[in-house]
Amino acid sequence: MSFDMSQFLQTFYEESFEGLDSMEGNLLNFDVGVVDAEKINAIFRVAHSIKGGSATFGLKEMAAFTHSMETLLEKIRSGERQMTTELVDLLLQSVDVLRAMLSANKNGADGVNIPVAALKSRFDELLKSGDTPAANPAPARTGAGEADAQQTAKGKSQHWCIDFIPRMSLFSTGNDPLRIFRELATLGELETRIDLGKLPSWDDMDAEQCYLAWQLQLRTEHTEAAIKEIFEWVESDCRLDIKCIDSAAGAVAKTEVASKPHPVETAIAAEPQKATDDAKDSVVKEQKSAPAESASIRVSIDKVDDLINMVGELVITQSMLGQLGQDFDMSKLEKLADGLTQLERNTRELQESVMRIRMLPISFVFQRFPRMVRDLSAKLGKKVELVMTGEGTELDKTVMEKIGDPLVHLLRNALDHGIESPEQRQQAGKPATGAIKLNAYHQGGNIVIEIIDDGKGLDRDRILEKARLRGLVGSDEVLPEDKVAELIFLPGFSTAEIVSDLSGRGVGMDVVRKNIKSLGGSVEIKSETGKGSKFTIRLPLTLAILDGQLVRVGEGTYVVPLVSIIETLQIKKKYINAVAGKAEMYRLRDDYLPIIRLYETFSLVPDQRELENGLLVVVEAEGQKAGLFVDDLLSQQQVVIKSLETNFRKVTGLSGATILGDGTVALILDVSSLIGAARQQATNRGRPQAA
Amino acid sequence: MTNILIVDDSASMRQMVSFTLKGAGYEVEEAVDGADALAKAKKKSYNIVITDVNMPNMDGIALIKELRSLASYKFTPLLMLTTESGGEKKQEGKTAGATGWMVKPFNPDQLLATIKRVMS
Repeated sequence: MSFDMSQFLQTFYEESFEGLDSMEGNLLNFDVGVVDAEKINAIFRVAHSIKGGSATFGLKEMAAFTHSMETLLEKIRSGERQMTTELVDLLLQSVDVLRAMLSANKNGADGVNIPVAALKSRFDELLKSGDTPAANPAPARTGAGEADAQQTAKGKSQHWCIDFIPRMSLFSTGNDPLRIFRELATLGELETRIDLGKLPSWDDMDAEQCYLAWQLQLRTEHTEAAIKEIFEWVESDCRLDIKCIDSAAGAVAKTEVASKPHPVETAIAAEPQKATDDAKDSVVKEQKSAPAESASIRVSIDKVDDLINMVGELVITQSMLGQLGQDFDMSKLEKLADGLTQLERNTRELQESVMRIRMLPISFVFQRFPRMVRDLSAKLGKKVELVMTGEGTELDKTVMEKIGDPLVHLLRNALDHGIESPEQRQQAGKPATGAIKLNAYHQGGNIVIEIIDDGKGLDRDRILEKARLRGLVGSDEVLPEDKVAELIFLPGFSTAEIVSDLSGRGVGMDVVRKNIKSLGGSVEIKSETGKGSKFTIRLPLTLAILDGQLVRVGEGTYVVPLVSIIETLQIKKKYINAVAGKAEMYRLRDDYLPIIRLYETFSLVPDQRELENGLLVVVEAEGQKAGLFVDDLLSQQQVVIKSLETNFRKVTGLSGATILGDGTVALILDVSSLIGAARQQATNRGRPQAA
Repeated sequence: MTNILIVDDSASMRQMVSFTLKGAGYEVEEAVDGADALAKAKKKSYNIVITDVNMPNMDGIALIKELRSLASYKFTPLLMLTTESGGEKKQEGKTAGATGWMVKPFNPDQLLATIKRVMS
């Protein structure tokens, strides 16, 4: 039997990546001076598992690499060697190399640029420099079947005489002479002869002990090694003597069958020689390109259990309602209402649980940061301590996948621009080691991620100077403090004195902001010169469901995301300012809001064209406000977002669609693009607006 | 029907072994480490146990020791999966009561051949 091993590769990749993550974590937390057996064991196990798996699944290069790694780790584990900082570094590099190899294999790339050989030879060197003779690892031994196949001598049959005297405790390891003989019989023609000499009297006999010994005659074409192989497991539990008797002198005495009746069979029919050669048809195959990025998700068992519970309750409610419906009369109306309430609760809970399946702890993103900070700070000659809190905070998988890069960028910036060198810090009276805090928590329907450093903060003068130079700010324009900090999010803005390979190309912050916005989130910065900076990212927990306010315009129902609504008000005529023609503004306290007549935007026939007869929904996006003119407010509800782009095409002013309870489709407003368009219009009419 | 328990912390190894054995008509159950295996083995009798050596919580050697001390596993074939080609681990396993071992990497044929060796 031989089959395609590639079906297990996906699992192997997944568990290996996971293993490497934990290995990396353990390495990063490794205190070189302390012997931490648990950590070393955990690190060892990862290398060991990957080695075993890669060898089994035919990834030879990886198997060879992890073998060297494992051999070294084994020495550390056994206390022969000490863990050193150098070794930690080397192992961390190995983690990278293994990740690269796994990715290359997974995606069917050749991975030629991965410095496997260089790193492997460093391991081997280290092993050689060790003072143990067993430094050079023997290649992993082949298993039974294969060895057998190799050792089959295509020669003439030879006659072997085997004395097999097991220890009395043979059975205690689960071994059984009968099975050994059965195996021997597969090699050739076997005759057995029992020696009952040590058999005690019935009363003294312990049924769990082995009192027997055997003399075996075997005619086989196989070599001695193949025979020994069969006895391998009991080698230390017996006296074994294997002799080759020349076929000429091989007048073997006829097997003397013991005269006493005995449960042990005395001879086993020689089975026809097995075609063990097909073992050679090994599964070691070159891996073809594996399927690209899998869209699987690992879900904790708790969540699944919750779900099952919930479905159970749903079924109960359903059967209750079903029973009620069988002989319904008006007296049971109250019961029906109760049942429906329960159904609603069940459904809501079920929906929440299903959504929770997509939620993963943010540690999935955070976990790669300690390593990054360690490597970068070493490169920059800075001392930095990374403190992470709230790693268990959950957010949607899709959001998680997209927030990684912006976070990396912000973290790099904090390291590169924020934290000063140890000397500078000491001069400024701060501890030499800088601190970067990464914090995540839930707030309302959002997840908030903070990146706080205690570095030098933003240099407002330089930023302003640069902004003036680029014409982003008028030369005598005075900006409030927070506006200055905001400038760094503009495209093409960088104040780094040296453009390093880490950050400072000025392509960063605007992209960061754009990415975060595309997730429906926001990013803001607070900075204090000399004390540090704090970036706050706010993201919706999920992209799939949205709390919406339904509004009616004529016959159409639209969804306004609840997060963007500030208030809703009845329009008072005295506050309406028609600024130069079309652009209408509404004065709300000290603010002027452009009025967006939705029926105009979407070419609808409204109930009301007179502003004071309708309602104004005040919305905000990206710090800008506007008023949406609608006919009526309907209910608030959670809506499941369906993509317009996938199902239709991108429409300006709309971010998606949803299906309401009655089956009709409602479009979801894209508040920020609506405001953008309205502001644009207003600006065109000559009202200055901040860009 | 022969009922086999496969113990390995690596899901891909478990899958591979389990798939191979099921394909050959054995009944197979999986355990993720020694502790899990011991709990399962106490609930139900398995005809053969195959265990990895290096595992969290309880390693293969400890598992074998524990199993052997149970009356129902006194003579059950207990096989270790090991990548260590050195005799040390094997000896340690034997002392703990292992019937035999299989050296990783092995292919499905080798696995089946080994299982046949310990089938009664």
